[in-house]
Formats: sequence, C-alpha cells, structure tokens
Amino acid sequence: MNLEEAKQAVIDDFSLYDEWLDKYEYLIELGKNLEAFDESHKTEDRLIKGCQSRVWLDWRLEDGKLFFTADSDAIITKGIISLLIGVYSGRTPAEIAGDDFAFVSAIGLQENLSPTRVGGLRSMIETIQRIATENA
Amino acid sequence: MKNLQDIRAQFPQLQEKVYGKALVYLDNAATSLRPQDVVACWQEMAFRYNANVHRAVHKTASEATLRYEQARRAVAEHIGATSEKEIVFTSGDTAALNLVARCFGEAFVGAGDEIIVAQSEHHSNLVPWQMLCARKGAVLKCLPVDESGHLQVEGLPQLLSKRTRLLCVADVSNVLGLRNPVAQIVRIAHEKGCPVLVDGAQGIVHGSIDVQALDCDFYTFSGHKVYAAPGTGVLYAKRKWLEAMPPFMGGGEMIESVAWEGATYAAPPYKFEAGTPNIAGVPTLVPALEMARLLNSADIAAEADAVRDFVLESLSSIPGLRLFGVPADRTEKLPIFSFTVEGAHHEDLALLLDKMGIAVRSGQMCAEPLMTRFGVTGMLRASFAPYNTMEEAEYFVASLKKAISMLI
Repeated sequence: MNLEEAKQAVIDDFSLYDEWLDKYEYLIELGKNLEAFDESHKTEDRLIKGCQSRVWLDWRLEDGKLFFTADSDAIITKGIISLLIGVYSGRTPAEIAGDDFAFVSAIGLQENLSPTRVGGLRSMIETIQRIATENA
Repeated sequence: MKNLQDIRAQFPQLQEKVYGKALVYLDNAATSLRPQDVVACWQEMAFRYNANVHRAVHKTASEATLRYEQARRAVAEHIGATSEKEIVFTSGDTAALNLVARCFGEAFVGAGDEIIVAQSEHHSNLVPWQMLCARKGAVLKCLPVDESGHLQVEGLPQLLSKRTRLLCVADVSNVLGLRNPVAQIVRIAHEKGCPVLVDGAQGIVHGSIDVQALDCDFYTFSGHKVYAAPGTGVLYAKRKWLEAMPPFMGGGEMIESVAWEGATYAAPPYKFEAGTPNIAGVPTLVPALEMARLLNSADIAAEADAVRDFVLESLSSIPGLRLFGVPADRTEKLPIFSFTVEGAHHEDLALLLDKMGIAVRSGQMCAEPLMTRFGVTGMLRASFAPYNTMEEAEYFVASLKKAISMLI
C-alpha cells in the first residue's frame, strides 16, 4: 500500500461507524493491538510534549525508510498514535515530510476530541514531521 | 415547597443535548450551572442599571450601588457574618485567597514564621502561601491526609508552634469530597493562638455555613460554583483582621483622601476593593444564594443524600475502582467522587463518558501534591449538584461500567 492508499484505508475504516462511540471502540482496538514498546525506551527524550496523557515515540531509519514505535498510558491516545504510525511507518523521510497530514481532518478526529487532546494530536503530528524533516 | 423537577426547570442547561443525548452535567465542583433568576439579574444589571457604583449622584448609579450593597448584606446573612462590613468582594475565590496571602502576609508574617496548609488543598489555597513564604522567608508546613483522605488532625497540636501565623484549610477538598472537621481545627488552632482561614469553595454549595459559630478568621468562596455569575468572589474576614491588614491594590474606591504626598485609606471593606468591581455580576449573588438555600432545603437535600448513597455503593461494587476520600460515615461525604480504575486511564474514561453525554473531569484537579500523595497521575471526578437526579446517577453508573468494559 502506498501512502495515499494507506490514508484512504483509514478514512474508509472510520466511515464504517456512524457513532463516535463506535469510532472510539475502533481506536481502542488499534491501541490494544499496537506492538509492545520496550519499557526501557520510555524515557524523557522520547516523550511527546504537549499531551495530557504520556505518549512515547521511538523511531529508526532502515534502508532509507522511517519506522516508528509508540506507546501511551491512555488507550485512546495509543489508538491515535497507532493510527498515525500505521500510515507513516515504512515511508521515506521525504515522503512523510512532504505530506500534509490532511487525512486526520478527513476522519473528523479534531472535531471529536477535547481541545487538550487536539493539542496532543498536533504535537504527535509535529513530532513525526520533525523526525522526517531531520532525516530527509 | 418546590420539587426537584420545578427547580431543574430553572436551569436551562439541564435541558441541553450533547451528541444528540441529554447532557448529564457532573462537573459541578468545577463550576455550577446558572439558574434563570441569576441570568435575569445579571442581564438587568447590564441593561438597566449599568453605572459605576459608589461614585456618582445620578439615579442609575445609586440603583447600581444599592443592588451591589444588597448583595453584600445577602452574603453576610447567608454565611452568618456579624456585619456586611466583614464582606469583601473579589473576582473569585483565588483572588480572595491571594488577597489574604498578600495583605495578612504583609502585616503578620516574617522570616522564620510558619504557615500550615492542608495536603489536600486546591492549588489556589497552596500556591499563594508558597509565594508568601518565598517572599518572607517563612516556612510552609503540611497538615497531611491519611490513606482514606481524612486530615490527620490528631497531629495538629504538634504541628502548631509559637511561630505559626495562619492555618489554611478547605472545609471540603475538591478532590476528596469529605467534610473536614474545620470546627475542631479552628478550636485547636485558636488554643495555640493561630488564626484559621477556611476555603469554602466546595462547602458553600452543600449545606449551610455559620462563620460566627465556626469562629474561623477568614472564609472565602467563588460565586460561580454556587450558581452566581463568574468573576464574583467573597472574602469574609473578622473585622479586626480587615482593620489590621494593609490594602491589597491601590486605586479608586479604596481611598479616603488622596494628596500628592500620600493617601489615607477607606474603612473596610472598601479598603480592599480598588477599581471598578464586577458591577453586573455581584448582585447575582442574591438570587444565587437564594437558590443555594432552596437546593439545601430538607426535601431536596434528602434526594441529594439518596443520590450520594447510591453512587457511593455502586462505585464500591466496581472491581478495580479505587475511591479517594472514603468516608468513615457516609454523611461526611459530599457528592464529589474522585477515583481511578485499574487498567482504564482516567482520560479514556472521561472521553468515552463525554460521548455518552456525561460531563466529568479527568486529570489532576488542580491538586498535584494530593495526586503525588496517592501515587497517581490523575483521577476521574464526577461531582454532583443538588439538582442532579437519581436517574442521572443511574445513567452515570451504567455508562461508567460500559466505558470500563470497552477499555479493559
């Protein structure tokens, strides 16, 4: 799946549910299924600033592609970061840095999160963009 | 005698819907909803009686002043002050607490003196004292809470010393929801010659208060938590303190006369009310406190107690739920329930409950040292007002169980 297809897949998945409670259920499932994060990597420098709950993001560059892993102590937040890294993991830094992340608005995430969570979401996106730009 | 449904009709926001579901507002400890009489008064003050108080001779100004001073009398009567001259209007509880920290601190606190603050205090009743201690080289001492959330009053006599200048405690913690034994605390402190400030932000909402019977030296609260307009607050202080304390801010209204060389200050309470006060908001304290009395009348209070007992019992039956502020006797518990659920983050729970139409609070509740005390990063808090119904309580408990099952 290329980047556009991956984003469309998320939009399609989200449109399956009418009720936001069901969409949250989907995010919770994503959060629960996120691959385990090394406890020793839960360090201050991997913490994303500006989130109400704690979110850690780690990355590695392999064959010119960025791979992300993440964790959070809140499961819905974990679902959101899982959704983001599911789309952007395995892409080249240039591809990520050049993307507008507009699909996040397309699924209506901002409108349905509390303002503090929206700030957290923005911090997650900015952190991914920063890592991509630094490696591009 | 009005019944609860009639009273609820007074609060338009109770009829609101969120996400197509009836709003169940359980964030009352943060701010209460506002009844029609309060909004009508507020609007009348803005549309008909907008004039600056205490200054001009014209008719509208005298009407505005009259309404403003009526509120002062109403507050004095409501809390049992000796005189309305002991009531200072501020912009809120936080402003009232800062006023005392600044003015009392200026006059009576020096290097090496001590201030005692309860461990369960809201940041508003902690940070001003930290700032005072830093300013004066004074020492901040902690009156701790035990595992159940009760203040360890038995250790208080040892905590008080000849250098203790003030003891600051809320009558009810915004997190724990337990009625603190403030009468006993005042007695113990006074025996050692230490005055007591009681933060009534939560207590003013539930039950009645008589500052003379309690014999506290200071009592503070915000209007917005007790149905009045936001931006209103009250500082009650015994007259001797108001006279002994220097003014807070300089400006109009607080002066007796001003010459280029200096000024003499007005008598209390005006000495502490520099500048134009909240002229539209303060008069709303009259209908607001009337509503508070109505909501604390016997019939309504009995329903509120039933709601409290139901929630208390229901929460204790949920596996993995840890309640903070566990009453020894349920009558000491106010309907403020803060808890954590093992395996379910407080933020996730708040988000799911929100989608079910329920407004609750999650996080540190402006009481970080208390979170540290209990070793948690945050809690979920459902805080009821007397206008909340049993039906809402049942819906809350069922929704909470559903949210937990989604997360675990």
